Amino acid sequence: MTFVPKPKLSHPELPKNRLGLTRRDYEGAVSTLCAGCGHDSISAAIIRAFFELDLPPHRIAKLSGIGCSSKTPTYFLGRAHGFNSVHGRMPAVATGANLANRDLVYIGVSGDGDSASIGLGQFAHAMRRDVNMVYIVENNGVYGLTKGQFSATADVGAKSKRGVTNTESSIDLAAMALVLGASFVARSFSGDKAQLVPLIKAAVLHRGAAFIDCISPCVAFNNHAGSTKSYDYVREHNEAVDSLDVIIGREEITADYAPGTVETVVLHDGSTLRLRKLAPDYNVHDRVAALAHIQDRERAGEIATGLLYVGPESKDLHENLNTVAAPLASLSDAELCPGEAALETLNAALR
Amino acid sequence: MQGQYQPLERCNDFVVKFANVNGSGSASANRLFTRAVLRMGVPATPRNVFPSNIEGLPTWYEVRISEASHLARHGDVHLLVAMNPQTWDKDVAEIAPGGYLLYDSTRPMPPAKLPRDVVVLGVPFTAICNREYSEARQRQLFKNIMYIGALSALLDLDLGEIERLIGEQFKGREKLIAANLHALNLGRTHTLETIACPIGLRIRRANAVGDRIFMDGNSAAALGAVYGGATVAAWYPITPSTSLAEAFQRYCARYRVESETGRHRYAIVQAEDELASIGMVVGAAWNGARAFTATSGPGISLMQETIGLAYFAEIPAVIFDVQRAGPSTGMPTRTQQGDVLACAYASHGDTRHVLLFPEDPHECFLFGAAAFDLADRLQTPVFVMLDLEIGMNERLTAPLMWDDQSRMDRGKVMTAAALETAADFGRYLDVDADGITWRTYPGTHPQLGSFFTRGTSKNDHARYTEEGAAYVENMQRLLRKFRTARRLVPRPMVDLARRPTRRAAIYYGSTSPAMQEARDVLAEDGIALDLMRIRAYPFQDEVFDFIASHEQVFVVEQNRDAQMRTLLINEGDIDPARLCRILSYDGTPITSRFIVRAIAEEAGGSEVVPLRKATP
Repeated sequence: MTFVPKPKLSHPELPKNRLGLTRRDYEGAVSTLCAGCGHDSISAAIIRAFFELDLPPHRIAKLSGIGCSSKTPTYFLGRAHGFNSVHGRMPAVATGANLANRDLVYIGVSGDGDSASIGLGQFAHAMRRDVNMVYIVENNGVYGLTKGQFSATADVGAKSKRGVTNTESSIDLAAMALVLGASFVARSFSGDKAQLVPLIKAAVLHRGAAFIDCISPCVAFNNHAGSTKSYDYVREHNEAVDSLDVIIGREEITADYAPGTVETVVLHDGSTLRLRKLAPDYNVHDRVAALAHIQDRERAGEIATGLLYVGPESKDLHENLNTVAAPLASLSDAELCPGEAALETLNAALR
Repeated sequence: MQGQYQPLERCNDFVVKFANVNGSGSASANRLFTRAVLRMGVPATPRNVFPSNIEGLPTWYEVRISEASHLARHGDVHLLVAMNPQTWDKDVAEIAPGGYLLYDSTRPMPPAKLPRDVVVLGVPFTAICNREYSEARQRQLFKNIMYIGALSALLDLDLGEIERLIGEQFKGREKLIAANLHALNLGRTHTLETIACPIGLRIRRANAVGDRIFMDGNSAAALGAVYGGATVAAWYPITPSTSLAEAFQRYCARYRVESETGRHRYAIVQAEDELASIGMVVGAAWNGARAFTATSGPGISLMQETIGLAYFAEIPAVIFDVQRAGPSTGMPTRTQQGDVLACAYASHGDTRHVLLFPEDPHECFLFGAAAFDLADRLQTPVFVMLDLEIGMNERLTAPLMWDDQSRMDRGKVMTAAALETAADFGRYLDVDADGITWRTYPGTHPQLGSFFTRGTSKNDHARYTEEGAAYVENMQRLLRKFRTARRLVPRPMVDLARRPTRRAAIYYGSTSPAMQEARDVLAEDGIALDLMRIRAYPFQDEVFDFIASHEQVFVVEQNRDAQMRTLLINEGDIDPARLCRILSYDGTPITSRFIVRAIAEEAGGSEVVPLRKATP
């Protein structure tokens, strides 16, 4: 398996965004994942989301850990720097990267093994630190590269391809993110692009840690009867709480909404999220109710998806650390080094 | 009636040891004592021996006073200030014959408990405190100042210097100054009235301190990081490195706040563990910031995987390792040079890392700053190897200096303009044939220079491959880079004996003062030694030339397994028989006495045939 660049030919009439870029400019190398892998659909959704957000690809940094999901940053945003770090440590590396340069957009891609097992601690602390980043877990309940072991998000009673039943309680990362104080928590399904693309766009626009638990079936090891992470199972049990439209800046709102069914969230940059409520009385700003709802649906054997929680505009890590407006990586000698004069004073005080 | 002995008579050359209970507030009083000695122009070197505990366990503070500027631990105790009944027997047994014991005689010790060959000096500190103060905390705190008052009388320590120091310490808080001075005088007056002062140990004003400053290595290293341009620090609390991260915070608050906005030109994150702290450092450095972590051995163990990633992905990272003894509980507050091999070859796979070995706080500052240039230039992790002995103890050290003309060396970084004129950009293309390749920071150019960072599975254009040939080529280039590092790291310091000799000693880090003192003592005993102080790994050729030009080479270090010796043998293909182990690893700082005995024993007093003629 080697790096396969995509051919540079493209249709001359491909639509362009405000930067004059086509969707092809947001693509990466050819995927080496299995045909039909949910992760490729997520990569496609990421490409579309960034294209539609008119973001310059090179101002995005993409980071991942280890696993099938963590390979995907190679397959989108080829003009962006990427970092395939070590297993379970993407959150720390992304935190450091974000500290160095607050001006870039950060997208971290992880998997259920990467974030719910080996990296559970780092996942938790990135959420509570509210690092300004999109954090997507491509959740298939199974280890792919090592061929089919259960991951910590596998549901109790789920059957593996080899017929083993999982007995260990599953970790719901969306519920954990809520408990840990994440300011944006969503769940989606790789097979539902209409839901996923707006969620990714909203997550990019949100300031702070934006977490998306995206169920993404593994066609090789977890797409059989008895799996609770298969295409069929998720399609049958998917219960969206809302449907999201993302309106960038002052774009005109054209859609018609029935009165009382729409919730509007204005983000820090003036963009607007319009949430069409699908679950009656669902309050997307109520962390406790969101947690109760997803656990209630889980008990009923259903999977709550959509934008589950968005907090009031929170302070991200940089604001909490009160760092300067310029990227720390860009500061000059004069801004960083106190010089000889300061040492003379210091020496005198140490005698 | 005491035993037959001659009370010691020593001036400006003796050891005072304070036995205290931790959490009792003794540290600042003991520090006051040392600083008063220094203000009298007499070099004094304190060492804290403390347990891993907040309150109630024994702690010791040992001050070596030496007009000759011997800064190493001496090994003897000439005056014990015994303020901790728990450790009485052991402490008292350490006093050299003819030495002195100052104790709280509120409840006089039974004669059987008193040593027979030392001068026993009793001052009823508790009784005086109880008479003078009603609050328990005051009684405790002022008892400490009171024994400093007693010492000023016993040792002829200038009262004025102590008073000035108290004035400086509590500047603006007049009530506190008055209260402390009162306690000081209570102790002094009572001592003068009841004991013939001064005793045989005396401090006499001298001019031996010079312009040196009194500073701990962790603070100096942290200040080095400020001067070196570090903007991101991620760390996890661990003794004995915690005070380095905290000092960085303190200096940043002083020097790195944007005056117009009050905002910070730094980011410090207390991470959830060392796995995260090194991850943050690597992420920040990948993205163009200068970043570091401070840790100790257990943290180094946890960081291994990411250190390896930084080596293979070629990301600058600075790691301050303040070494201590073993894992878990027990020896974490005791010094050791035990991480040499763990850092030199950190992580799995074939890795080698740059190590710097500062000898004192002055070098902690220099190397602390230089480490960031080296890491950027070499695009690799750089370890600054302190230990508890230099990290957490204050030490007389040369004043800190900075060349205002110097600029950060950010190494080989392609700008957007450079990318446009370059024929080809390959992240791991060795265009300069020094093993160091050009990198770009994320976000540099809309079309050019982006690449994907990963471990070893890549070609010279940073594209994914598992081809063996590409891997081998990359590994060979990394060796080339490590050879380049030899030219850039600090050179060893050589100090030849007064007369030609075939014997030599190699040492590093905090062993310095003990080694230098031992060399002088050994020379008097007829054993001449050439000295080489290693300041960095990878080793330059002159290290191996030095070994080759001597018949017997002692490698003096503070660990059990002779780790530097192993590194020398491995890196220089040296016959192990040529390198003789001199090892001290009981958790206390190595003493000159230990080195003298060990080398004298190994040398066996045999005649040494000089290779070169003695210079007149």
